[in-house]
Amino acid sequence: MVTTHDIPQHDIQSQDASEALAERVRRAEAEGTPLRIVGGDTKAFYGRRVEGEALSTREHRGITEYDPVELIVSVRTGTPLRELEAALAANGQMLPCEPPHFGDDATVGGMIATGLSGPRRPWAGSVRDFVLGTRIITRQGSEQRFGGQVMKNVAGYDLSRLMVGAQGTLGLITEVSMKVLPLPGASRSLHLDMPLARALDKLSEWGRQPLPITAAAWLDGALHLRLEGGPSSVAATAERLGGDALKPDFWEALREQRLAFFAKDDSRALWRLSLPHHTPLIELPGVNDPDVLYDWAGCQRWLRSDLDAEAIRQAAARAGGHATCLRGAGGAAVDEPFTPLPPVLAKYHRNLKAELDPQGIFNPGRLYAAF
Amino acid sequence: MNTHFDERLDGGQPGRDQSEVLADLQQALPGMTLLHREEDLRPFECDGLSAYRALPMLVALPETLEQVETLLKRCRALGVPVVTRGAGTGLSGGAMPLSHGVLLVLSRFNRILEIDPEARTARVQPGVRNLAISEAASPYGLYYAPDPSSQIACSIGGNVAENAGGVHCLKYGLTVHNVIKVEVLTIEGEHMTLGSDALDAPGFDLLALFTGSEGMLGVVTEITVKLLPKPETAKVLMASFDDIEKAGNAVGAIIAAGIIPGGLEMMDNLAIRAAEDFIGAGYPVEAEAILLCELDGVEADVDDDCQTVRRVLEKAGATDIQQARDEAERALFWAGRKNAFPAVGRMSPDYYCMDGTIPRRELARVLKGIGDLGEAYGLRVANVFHAGDGNMHPLILFDANQPGEFERAEELGGRILELCVEVGGTITGEHGVGREKIHQMCVQFSPGELTTFRAAKRAFDPDELLNPGKNIPTPARCSEFRLTKSAGDAPAPTRAPESQG
Repeated sequence: MVTTHDIPQHDIQSQDASEALAERVRRAEAEGTPLRIVGGDTKAFYGRRVEGEALSTREHRGITEYDPVELIVSVRTGTPLRELEAALAANGQMLPCEPPHFGDDATVGGMIATGLSGPRRPWAGSVRDFVLGTRIITRQGSEQRFGGQVMKNVAGYDLSRLMVGAQGTLGLITEVSMKVLPLPGASRSLHLDMPLARALDKLSEWGRQPLPITAAAWLDGALHLRLEGGPSSVAATAERLGGDALKPDFWEALREQRLAFFAKDDSRALWRLSLPHHTPLIELPGVNDPDVLYDWAGCQRWLRSDLDAEAIRQAAARAGGHATCLRGAGGAAVDEPFTPLPPVLAKYHRNLKAELDPQGIFNPGRLYAAF
Repeated sequence: MNTHFDERLDGGQPGRDQSEVLADLQQALPGMTLLHREEDLRPFECDGLSAYRALPMLVALPETLEQVETLLKRCRALGVPVVTRGAGTGLSGGAMPLSHGVLLVLSRFNRILEIDPEARTARVQPGVRNLAISEAASPYGLYYAPDPSSQIACSIGGNVAENAGGVHCLKYGLTVHNVIKVEVLTIEGEHMTLGSDALDAPGFDLLALFTGSEGMLGVVTEITVKLLPKPETAKVLMASFDDIEKAGNAVGAIIAAGIIPGGLEMMDNLAIRAAEDFIGAGYPVEAEAILLCELDGVEADVDDDCQTVRRVLEKAGATDIQQARDEAERALFWAGRKNAFPAVGRMSPDYYCMDGTIPRRELARVLKGIGDLGEAYGLRVANVFHAGDGNMHPLILFDANQPGEFERAEELGGRILELCVEVGGTITGEHGVGREKIHQMCVQFSPGELTTFRAAKRAFDPDELLNPGKNIPTPARCSEFRLTKSAGDAPAPTRAPESQG
């Protein structure tokens, strides 16, 4: 059995700051002071601006338990994401959801709070799919454990997965246990020239077959594919699909939004459209092929456009999805980045927030203005 | 101590008179089937955990969404609790009725509404059987991955309520990983969509919160599940061991080799003999343990992996390794495992199935602990184990006709679950808490954590009308349990269960 002690300690600093964090929460609750929870401050653009006293999780860091044979790692949320990924890689394992970092300082907590996943998402699953348990400091300032450090656990409500993507509005997440998986035995990336419509059809067809595809993006007139799995099937599939070799670092550039498409000097707004599988091309006035980047086999589409938010949201909704605005025109902050919730759903969001954080001390207004 | 619903300990509303509720609902819902005579209610008195019974006040069998909506609104107005039930195959008493409540049976919502092969989804009503989804998807080369042992009978609505698993969870996940959208009716009769047809939805992940919430936050009326392409091939290896610890270590060694099997199951000697006697699957009856390891995927990879696993098993000390020669033999190997519960049932007048999950490294210690506890209680225990994900199903053999034997089995079960918690595990991996494990929740969670669970419940059902008394114990329930335990497990001085009246 490999335990935490066998992991090289020089690159994993371990420090338990939970008592200090709890004290800050207790004080905020007593004084009714809103807290702005900050990890590496790399994903502040994803969500509304929070007015509050900064509360950093950075001092609360380190892997608390990692036994590679159990396929589970438990880690404090202030731990830099790259340190966690390096510790996993040293044992031939990975976070299958391939979370984006958006900066060197990205933390585990930011990954959980935003719930953002990378190119492997449609095939492997999202951040929440790999969360098994959490520790949360509640408004009373007590650290509580939900879920667990086992693969299957249905005791009580699934508050752990509820925290993923809640952007820290329901409590301060201090630790998370995640399922990890072995790194694939083989990986090949391909570049296949083909028009968009044909690429979308092909992806639907391949989706019904047991092929070792783990990433698929269409841009610049070509389908970009990644194959991962056993060496035999990867080699056979690469031969069958043809095309040219693609540098594997393409996927990191896509995930980290470093491709030219995402250029910050482009003054148009940046939108993320989340859509069902097999959604055809969405027609929007003034939007041409180069204005859209198709990731997740077409389920996640990045759009550069200055169209009215309502028009974009309606188009996404008609296709069965939703749209998020990450950057406003000219790089401006966005007042309402996330698709507004229907009234009944909004009511239960407010109820839940009121039960878990009645004074609104945890990241108030980060998701929606109402809570 | 007694787990029957007790208003004093479990909270809830003052009971209403059956005739009053019946008259109200008959007037509001003239077209809906509403059972009220004792002989009609009797078939609904328990779910798959038949030791826990209570006659419901009324049984409603709606056929339309409007009826469900009206029923919920009336029950809320009257303050009458509602217990939702699917196929009634659950093993934790999650659908155990309340003698002062309405049992809402969704079995008539049994239509597959749409299979979309392009999007690889199925949209179904909650009463659709788990296996029926895979059967309907099969012509498109697709299937629905979670496969609880009861998949022939259990309903998808129940699967969502319990976050059901099966033998392929390590690789393909639980229900929560395979459902993308549900339609919900709240206790106020409002419609709400959780999740979406896309891969995510704005706002909180209420889909995850509702999955496994045991019908306590809302009533799920429609479900969209993800379908997967059928693996090109699946091969199964069966390894025999003369020592259960060696078998446990072999599981870790397979995973350490970088392989995630589609299924990885372990059975101990008692379970092997029971299954072999029942099915004739070709199991080695002298072995102390067997491992069934299924590898699925693309043919070429599966062949490579079979070779690797065979080497790992040899090194781990397997006394014999067999690979199923063909599809028929593969099905036979699995038939023994999938029928292990009824097979054990044939060895004993009654059996009681437990459902703890532990870190796999604790397997040897926990099995030894279970053996010792079994001896102390004078009861035999057979072990069936989803070894890949650490989910154990100890089966306690007993005879309900022997006075006190069920109570002993129940207490032994509780002790086994507490042992699982002690080694860092959980009291339920896939069967749910229901009524059965309500006391062990007080062991696994602190009072503060239970308070947070109740806060989440209040957000959706402040009057506690949806399946009260299940899943999350009240502080009174936990205090009583702790008192009983500290009093040396003497029977609690609770009043007689009202449900037996």
